[in-house]
Amino acid sequence: MSATDVDVEKRIGEIGVILEAREKNRGVLIQTLHQIQEDNGYLPEDVLKKLSKSLNIALSEIYSVASFYKMFHFKPRGKKVVKVCLGTACYVRGSKKVLNALENEFKVKNGETTEDLAMTLETVGCVGCCGLAPVSTINEEVIGEIIGEKKMEKLVRSIKEE
Amino acid sequence: MQRLKNIEELRNLRASLLEDIYRPGRNVVKVCCGLPCSTLGAHKVVKALEEEASKSGQRVSIVKTGCQGLCQKGPLIQIEPYGYFYQKVRPERAKDIVSATLSAGEPVREFVYRDSFLDETHKLTEEVPFYKKQMKIALRNMGNIDPFDIQHYIAVGGYRAVEKMFSSMDPEAVIEEVKKANLRGRGGAGFPAGVKWAHSKKSPSKVRLVIANGDEGDPGAFMDRSVMEGDPHSLLEGMLVCAYAIDARYGFIYVRHEYPLAIKTLKVAISQAEELGLLGKDILGSGFEFTIGIRQGAGAFVCGESTSLVASLEGERGFPRPRPPRLSETGGGAWGYPSNLNNIETYACVPPIIEKGADWFLGIGTEGSPGTKVFSLAGKVRNTGLVEVPMGITLREIVFDIGGGIIGDKKLKAVQTGGPSGGCIPGQFLDIPVDFDSLSKVGSIMGSGGMVVMDEDNCMVDIAKFFLSFTQAESCGKCPPCRVGTYQMLQILEKITSGMGEVGDIERLERLGIMVKRGSLCGLGQSAPNPVLTTIKYFREEYEEHIRDKYCRAKVCNLGGFVIDKEECILCGLCKQACAFDAVKETRRSFFIERDYCTRCKACYNACPVDAVKIIKPMYVRLETELKLPAERLKVIEMKSRMTLKDILESRPYEVITIHKDSTISDAVNLMSGKNVSGLFVVDKDNKLTDIFTERDIVRCVFNNIPYSETISNLTRRDITIFDPLTAVSTAISIASRKKIRHLPVVEGDRIIGMVTFRDLVSYMLPEISFMS
Repeated sequence: MSATDVDVEKRIGEIGVILEAREKNRGVLIQTLHQIQEDNGYLPEDVLKKLSKSLNIALSEIYSVASFYKMFHFKPRGKKVVKVCLGTACYVRGSKKVLNALENEFKVKNGETTEDLAMTLETVGCVGCCGLAPVSTINEEVIGEIIGEKKMEKLVRSIKEE
Repeated sequence: MQRLKNIEELRNLRASLLEDIYRPGRNVVKVCCGLPCSTLGAHKVVKALEEEASKSGQRVSIVKTGCQGLCQKGPLIQIEPYGYFYQKVRPERAKDIVSATLSAGEPVREFVYRDSFLDETHKLTEEVPFYKKQMKIALRNMGNIDPFDIQHYIAVGGYRAVEKMFSSMDPEAVIEEVKKANLRGRGGAGFPAGVKWAHSKKSPSKVRLVIANGDEGDPGAFMDRSVMEGDPHSLLEGMLVCAYAIDARYGFIYVRHEYPLAIKTLKVAISQAEELGLLGKDILGSGFEFTIGIRQGAGAFVCGESTSLVASLEGERGFPRPRPPRLSETGGGAWGYPSNLNNIETYACVPPIIEKGADWFLGIGTEGSPGTKVFSLAGKVRNTGLVEVPMGITLREIVFDIGGGIIGDKKLKAVQTGGPSGGCIPGQFLDIPVDFDSLSKVGSIMGSGGMVVMDEDNCMVDIAKFFLSFTQAESCGKCPPCRVGTYQMLQILEKITSGMGEVGDIERLERLGIMVKRGSLCGLGQSAPNPVLTTIKYFREEYEEHIRDKYCRAKVCNLGGFVIDKEECILCGLCKQACAFDAVKETRRSFFIERDYCTRCKACYNACPVDAVKIIKPMYVRLETELKLPAERLKVIEMKSRMTLKDILESRPYEVITIHKDSTISDAVNLMSGKNVSGLFVVDKDNKLTDIFTERDIVRCVFNNIPYSETISNLTRRDITIFDPLTAVSTAISIASRKKIRHLPVVEGDRIIGMVTFRDLVSYMLPEISFMS
């Protein structure tokens, strides 16, 4: 969706009848941000700039709202979001090794995304699979007991595969 | 579907539906397709059942319902008309279900519920202990109907409240009925819904709004999700009743972004209701108009607070706003219009009240809190899941009768209600009735309905820390008491659980907690300290244990001393393998844990297959208590432990007495007697130390008949031990006693510093020696 053709009237719904234009533009902001994120995977700056023009809301205000909510991201995220659990149980069983190996393999640091946008590497406090420590998740899928070369290779393979 | 023009048409539709999809005696398989059951493979079961049924040529309708409650034993199915209840159904056995149950009416024994292998089976839904004590009002259609089909809802009596309302009640009568029923807000605070409605209605404004709060952020609570996903129309109907009562034309449902299925279900439900003319303009020919829009959150817990929710609805940052004006007043609600905000569950309770009357509702539950409440039961109970119970039921009944007791028959320690805003109720209050007032009397709240059962293996300090870290992370940051206060409290808790707690930390926590409660702007901050304050109130000794003994009795925090019980150890070596810090050492016959290396990570504790790794109260020798010494004496002892030989020499006037090596023994004896010393340094002409001459040498001379005229250098020489002035006294003592020497010459390079004698060492030790006697 290009941000310029936000159909404010349609998005705001019936309530639009009683609202002023400014309130309407505000009211659809979060929904529109959701839409932009769904289409792009994140909130690109140029789209937000256009959105700022079309909704007549200052860019700083848009950033103020978007940065408040945890769901919105400002950097492109990979197709696969890999989260390495650094919870206590995983940490003790060597999840730091897993993180280092992934960092070296994909040449990204924790919190970064590869240039081809294939994957984003993140860490997580605990995924609640401590019995399978060390654990990583690829998007929603949980992969446990990443101990030893073989398991590590398997993890890398499943990240790389389409 | 044809738009319904009046009430009569709705009645006719229901009657014709009852003939069709809900004709009694038909074979209906209700498969729970709630989220947990879907994860466990409910959709595969549906597919397999459909295939098998079409193969056998049976006329069966398979209904994908919302959550049926007993999530842990999923996928669940119920089979009508027999009333059979199956749990843990596997798709490969779908054939048996079709052939045995649907054709012959016989239950499939494998899937029938029983507590354990030895217990008798419970074939019917009502017989299952989990469902026996439940009473469903808000969840009345849950597991019974297909949430994606409005016809199902209408067939089981849906929109009857609207029917009654439009045909025989004016808005005042509706408010009166809800007021009389004393329906209290199910979101947590328990404010009577009828009073709120009346208040909204009184606020002067042309436009009023009805908002449903579906921003269910509490970890472990999923009642609202179940209603939205399993029975969306009861929410829509409740909102419609409210809108009619307060004369509102616009409604919003605010749903968390994390509930995509709920959003999808609600969208379908709204469009179906609009199609039938149950929402929109001129509803059922009454001339009344009401539309509902869905708004999504974006991952902010604070947006469950009413004023933040309104801010988020308007497209602002989800910051709470000061009250008054309240939401129900002009200027307080969304865009300044008076808004009536209730929880999803509250709205779901409204239609039965209108339909059956307030008196019926008052007959359920307790005097102060009529009706039922939905809880999501979790934690260390056998049956976890969604339960709806009448108010006034005791905690014991919920935990032991419905929940099936504690896993492993351990002792119940506490029940946590109300999520991160609630408190912990200790085991001794198990028999209090569960309603708004009695829970707040013991310091907890009803909350949105999360109920976590904890046993002896849960550390209360850790639980408090867990909840506080959640609220701390979710604090929006608007007001300092919440933003800074929760952070400081969390720091103190971190300190306590990592063994760095100090005396006074508990009091600090209490003081801070009360300040955060009083000073915060919104409900998040006002309730954030609750888990900490209630755990301190009821489990203070656990906090004290963490601080004083550095020990966690639940063995959750990484505290305590780790030892390996040699009796129980099977020498498998897994602990050694697990230890990342090489703290587990091996001898020929046993393993032991070296405390200096141990980081208390519990890897060995978890690795041991026979539980031979024990966590014990660490035995710290406290000198002040063990030796009963006053503190200032301890300081002296500590200072003394750092003393060197130089310090001893400098502590008294001292003269280095030397004698030339060519002097005679009699010269030496004269010198010693004159100076009253027991030893001399023997030096050469450059004043360099060659030997020492002590009393023992005199004894030797007498014994061997050596004449006094003999020079010292002619005596039999021996190697002397020389001490550096910076030698610690304790080291010197141990060397002296090992080498059996009484005179310790202290020399720095070539320079003679002095002689430390045995008497000096004794006087150094004197306080300890006199204490020992």
